[in-house]
Amino acid sequence: MIALGQFLEVLIGGLMSGVLYSLVALGFVLIFKASGVFNFAQGAMVLLAGLALVRALDLLVAHGVPFWAAIVLGIGFGAAIMAATAWLIERFVIGPLVNQDGLTLFMSTIGVTFVLEGAAEMIFGSDVYPLRLFPTDAWFVFEDLFPGGILVNKLDVWGALIAGILVAGLAIFFQRTKTGRALRAVADDHLAAHSVGIPISWIWFVVWLVAGLVALVAATVWGTKLGVQFSITFLALKALPVLIIGGLTSIPGAIVGGLVVGAGEKIAEVYLGPSIGGGIEYWFPYVLALAVLLVRPQGLFGERIIERI
Amino acid sequence: MLYRETGQFKSNYAEDMAIFPIRQDGIALGVLLAVAFIGVPLLATLHVWPFGTDYLLWAILLPFLILALAAIGTNILVGYCGQISLGSGAFMAIGAYSAYKLATGVHIPLAWLGIAITIPPLPVLASILLGGLAAAGFGIAFGIPSLRIKGLYLAVATLAAQFFFDWVFLRVPWFTNYAPSGSVNAPELNFFGVIVQTPIQRYLLCLTFVTVIAIMAKNLVRGNLGRQWMAIRDMDIAAELIGIRPLYAKLTAFAVSSFIVGVAGALWAFVYLGSWEPLAFSIDRSLDLLFMVIIGGLGSIMGSFVGAAFVLIVPVMLNLIPAELGVPLSTQTITHLQFIIFGSLICYLLIKEPRGFARLISIGKEKLRLWPFPY
Repeated sequence: MIALGQFLEVLIGGLMSGVLYSLVALGFVLIFKASGVFNFAQGAMVLLAGLALVRALDLLVAHGVPFWAAIVLGIGFGAAIMAATAWLIERFVIGPLVNQDGLTLFMSTIGVTFVLEGAAEMIFGSDVYPLRLFPTDAWFVFEDLFPGGILVNKLDVWGALIAGILVAGLAIFFQRTKTGRALRAVADDHLAAHSVGIPISWIWFVVWLVAGLVALVAATVWGTKLGVQFSITFLALKALPVLIIGGLTSIPGAIVGGLVVGAGEKIAEVYLGPSIGGGIEYWFPYVLALAVLLVRPQGLFGERIIERI
Repeated sequence: MLYRETGQFKSNYAEDMAIFPIRQDGIALGVLLAVAFIGVPLLATLHVWPFGTDYLLWAILLPFLILALAAIGTNILVGYCGQISLGSGAFMAIGAYSAYKLATGVHIPLAWLGIAITIPPLPVLASILLGGLAAAGFGIAFGIPSLRIKGLYLAVATLAAQFFFDWVFLRVPWFTNYAPSGSVNAPELNFFGVIVQTPIQRYLLCLTFVTVIAIMAKNLVRGNLGRQWMAIRDMDIAAELIGIRPLYAKLTAFAVSSFIVGVAGALWAFVYLGSWEPLAFSIDRSLDLLFMVIIGGLGSIMGSFVGAAFVLIVPVMLNLIPAELGVPLSTQTITHLQFIIFGSLICYLLIKEPRGFARLISIGKEKLRLWPFPY
């Protein structure tokens, strides 16, 4: 029973941290679906959103604003910063590069990454800023089933909850609102959407804004977990195999991919790591992604790639 | 006025397909090579401006040459064959560590067979080239997925190579000859009895490698193989229909590209760094190489050089300018400003000329040929 208990603990921990990867991957999928841009800057956007939020929060609390009001104002400030970023990116980078091929767009988002990282750290500072939005202590569940119970981190549960709400919210936004429908139209075929009168640049701004808000949400959870710091940008790299496993165009794919990667890397680290040297969670997701791609080149949930001459 | 093809008549197909369609191009390259091979070492020996110190040789020309070589390798894969790779840094590392192991001697005890594979230390030149071959072998292995995976999916798949080899060289002590710090030192650079030590010698060594490989690469991409690569790049299904084997074309591109990148990695480690850690070949290196290729121009050997120069020199300039102007900025602010300026420059260049400097150069040549007429 101890082995099973330990396995469940590792599995749950992995699934929960996988949810957090999904949060970052979601931003990628939104932008890729709507504009075909493979947005390397998502990690930098998480950093920028987190820094804006935590610095505003610190400042407000230091000036004696009550904590709940500070949170509301801080999130508002973070959202405003993300809106400004979305507008700047759409206006100055993605707009002028319309109709370029995927690689050029991808490289331009790496340029955007540099700018965002530099600007975020220059404006908001480059230390580690602790963020205290969610409880970080642990629960022990199933104590009657397993000796010592299974350790579940409360923050991870919060993260899963938030991810669930976020996905539900996005689903409603995409299915039920006029803008959401326009977004899906642009994602299907932006020329056709343009010709029926959907304002493309406005839609792209909205997409980047939504991705920015998703980044803000990701930043609240990740910031509580790790503190808001530069290394958050590396999340973008962790989110890539998540995307690939789930498929670049699928929102449920991002969630499932995140769960697969999170659980897979933790289980591999615990059960495979000791025999071949630790630290394999560093590359395991990528090898997993490679294996998935060899079977399904478009990822688990991606749209089937149809090639024509 | 000087750049005219007037009077240069081509009377057969071989002349029409020549490497330099205009004689002036050949002359210009000859002059450039003469300056690089004779002029620069001469000036550096005499310590004439701008070679008053070794700074220019050490900090700019040497890394420029080696990274240009790596960029040529990356360009063959990304620019000519259209297979996006984010794993070039890993192949540089494979070249570097294989060359290191070969140059210091390989000893693999196979306990269960009761024998051991022992290779005595090889000469440096042989190790560097064999290091390239080792990289080519792994390049083929990691190229196999490209037969099924395309585009950006492939780019992420190549990241598997990058992270896997980062980890291997960090965690497997055999590759570093059990060095406790994880960093290794290059062997003595003995080339046929000449020991390469001074910056000028190192520069000439790299220049020779770069010149030979660049000429070979240029001829390769003009020939049968290069055309197969480009056909695959432009539309792989159509290429397959006209009888090009995707397996052969893609894997040769991976092999040739990884070989060149591997040689560049070995040079980077042996000649430029001297002692290095796996961090020298991280994902940042891969991204840098991809930048060089895209900013320089996809599918252009010349562009690889220009791209390498740009990516290398802009950060150096950004470092120097505030110091020269005496602007009182903290080092942190300067680093952040560098990030911002470099990122904006990349975006600007991509917007203004998505096809890179190579395209600008060819536009310039066209204009020169017609000058002073605008059409």
